[in-house]
Amino acid sequence: MSIDLSQFFDVFFEESFEGLDAMEAELLNLEPGKEDSETINTIFRAAHSIKGGSGTFGFVSVSDFTHVLETLLDQIRDGQRVLTAEHVNLLLKSVDCVRGLLGALQAEEEPDLSEANELKARFEAILGGETSESVDVEEEHVASEVQQSTTYQIDFKPEPHLFKTGNEPLYMFSELAELGQLEVSAFHDGIPDFLEFDPEDCFLHWRFFLTTVKPEHAISEIFEWVEDDADIKIEACGGLFEDDTIGTPEVATQSEESGPLAAEQSASENQVDTSVQAEANLTAVQKKVESVKTSKTESKKSSDSTATSIRVGIDKVDSLINMVGELVITQAMLSQIGDQEITESSIAALQEGLAQLAHNTRDLQENVMRIRMLPISFVFSRFPRLVRDTSQKLNKQVELKLVGEQTELDKTVMEKLSDPMVHLVRNSLDHGLETPEERIANGKEPVGIVTLNAFHQGGNIVIEIMDDGKGLDTEKIRSKAIANGLISESDDLSVEEINELIFMPGFSTADSVSDISGRGVGMDVVRRNIQALNGSVEVTSKQGVGSTFTIRLPLTLAILDGQLVQVATHTYIIPLISIVESLQIDISKVSKVGKGLEVLRLRDEYIPILRLYDIFSHKGAREELDKTLLVVVESDNYKIGLLVDDLLAQQQVVIKSLEANYQKVDGISGATILGDGTVSLIIDISGLIKLSGLRRPGSTELLVDLKGEEAEPA
Amino acid sequence: MIDQVEVNQQLMFDGESDEKQFLTFMMHDEEYGMDILAVQEIRGWEPVTTIPNSPNFVRGAMNLRGTIVPIIDLRMRFGISAIEYGPLTVVIVVSVQIKEQQKIMGLVVDAVSDVYSIAEEKAKDVPDFQDSDNAYFVHGLVNVGQKMVVLLNLEKVLDLSDKSGLKG
Repeated sequence: MSIDLSQFFDVFFEESFEGLDAMEAELLNLEPGKEDSETINTIFRAAHSIKGGSGTFGFVSVSDFTHVLETLLDQIRDGQRVLTAEHVNLLLKSVDCVRGLLGALQAEEEPDLSEANELKARFEAILGGETSESVDVEEEHVASEVQQSTTYQIDFKPEPHLFKTGNEPLYMFSELAELGQLEVSAFHDGIPDFLEFDPEDCFLHWRFFLTTVKPEHAISEIFEWVEDDADIKIEACGGLFEDDTIGTPEVATQSEESGPLAAEQSASENQVDTSVQAEANLTAVQKKVESVKTSKTESKKSSDSTATSIRVGIDKVDSLINMVGELVITQAMLSQIGDQEITESSIAALQEGLAQLAHNTRDLQENVMRIRMLPISFVFSRFPRLVRDTSQKLNKQVELKLVGEQTELDKTVMEKLSDPMVHLVRNSLDHGLETPEERIANGKEPVGIVTLNAFHQGGNIVIEIMDDGKGLDTEKIRSKAIANGLISESDDLSVEEINELIFMPGFSTADSVSDISGRGVGMDVVRRNIQALNGSVEVTSKQGVGSTFTIRLPLTLAILDGQLVQVATHTYIIPLISIVESLQIDISKVSKVGKGLEVLRLRDEYIPILRLYDIFSHKGAREELDKTLLVVVESDNYKIGLLVDDLLAQQQVVIKSLEANYQKVDGISGATILGDGTVSLIIDISGLIKLSGLRRPGSTELLVDLKGEEAEPA
Repeated sequence: MIDQVEVNQQLMFDGESDEKQFLTFMMHDEEYGMDILAVQEIRGWEPVTTIPNSPNFVRGAMNLRGTIVPIIDLRMRFGISAIEYGPLTVVIVVSVQIKEQQKIMGLVVDAVSDVYSIAEEKAKDVPDFQDSDNAYFVHGLVNVGQKMVVLLNLEKVLDLSDKSGLKG
């Protein structure tokens, strides 16, 4: 009998990572001295499942490590040990460590055990070295060890439904027998009359006397799984063993009578065989793991660890199944109409059917999209840990507030969101918040507050990262920007424009930025990453009061509202979200700047005109400005006008990748399929700006020149 | 007009075990072959959407049941003079692993020709012509009866980032 365990690996890893997340979250909730037992229990259970699972699958490195962790937790749980801040830190480190081990195993790499061993040593130091050594001693439990051994009286009274939970007492007993010398008595007084007897219920209960060198938790561990389904009492009764208890004749007689016990004894006789067998199984599993490893690495490179599964509530699935049912019915109805001859009445029925189909399709689409939606708490949940670690390093006191954790967001967006957010939060802690001393000096509470807030606004999700720190120092940013050549001395920039400068690439390179309020470290990367998701990031700040970074993202990457435009014979799609306005051009307001750059004066702004047909090398477009339309779009707070032949419809389009089968195309973010089955390309505004060679305000002399050349109209 | 021909994958079991099946097609009066396992389907030519600023051999993108598939004109890829597309012009949709990524692409050729079973070892290496960039795309040459068939290395033909064999 060989079961390919590798088929369960994915589930194991997924559950283990979830367990680790839960451990981490609960650990952060723990305050030494004020711990509540439920929290410790949750952490213990998570560690225990990981240990159990990794043991089953032969991931010895993980199960060995979690074992010491579990021992410590167990002692804390039992009140044998008081939880200290050091424990919490160590446990948190272990969570990271186990995560690393599991990550390596999942990627089918050899895990790096150095950290695990080091942490393990620290655990063992705390535990007084009692754990791992004693495991080896057990091999020969002969007379000699009886001196240091303790005798426990164990009462095990399972609920009648024990068997139905899939637990087999026999196995637990044989495990007990492995711990030491075991005496067992079974009580059958619970067995009902024959008529009421249900063979699937457990009516027996047992009393054991176990003489063992093992600590008590080794015993309770065996009963771990049935804790909730049985009444278990474990008491040390020391030397009593020799004198009284064993000699009680009734008990002995009972034990002889009881059927299960006979089986029990033979089981304990066989224990050597079982353990040998177990060992053989284990090696078989390990071999399997290895063979899977090699076969997988041979066939293909292992899949990216981020490309995992998604857990969906059964209610969502149910409603989908319902809807598909409806859809099938509608389809049947339509095909029935299609088979008939077309008459006046069948046309009416057909229209009705089509309306129903449209309705069904829309419902189905909405619900399918909902599958990918997860609460943003999946991202938020990593921040308590981050804030804890970072604030410790920076010697700052920080309170983290999470608001709107239930706001739902597409999973793909979420995955790509977390890196920029980590960056922003770290910046808030590092550069935004002051040290407790500074805060007190400024009349603030010593504890700084960082708030993460998520909410829906229109078709977008908005995430704010707020701090009540010192805010951006506009003067310093300005002088820094001048020093870096990003702006010139004479530029008269508004506060907003100056704050914008922190997103400029030039700002991130200079090291010296970090000692001013300089939030600029890597901020351009943050912005680029968010823009890659069709989103935007802005900053508002008030000196001395704090800063707020606002990220705006589309709810999903799969669908966008698009404006169809015509360029020569081609149809392109401009994301509606970036369109500011569309207008006919008043030629008198167009000026030429330098070599062929045209700008349109629109109210107070100068909008560079990009001729799309030119950029995309299409022939046959209308070139006269007064016969075309200008779509003004905004990206990075920078407006440009796209020259198109005509505006067509607005519609929701499903985004398809062009890159998947082709390659990245400059100025194009993807493709979609229109109603007639043809492919239409979606314009990437910021990519287009790059492609056209325009530069952003502040970064070149371009706009400065403009201002110089364009005299204010008299 | 969609003129769809399903390629019968069953064919691959007909030949001897060490023989491979090749789909051949005509281009500029030459017969070329490609591994039939790469072929997904064969379609008639239909208008495609131009991809801006793409190389001239990329005709554009087509919708293949919801997947966006780039269409490559093989004549232009090889630097052979272009011809008008006619009723015989076909698009062979292939699925090829290029740099660890599975890509689906369409190849415009003059006409499909035949399916041959060819023993791999019969394919001869291309004579080393110094001045022929196209030799780079060729996996080998093989004789079928009186005809010579050029077996293509699809991976190289379709790796658009690879400029080594590029013409025109």
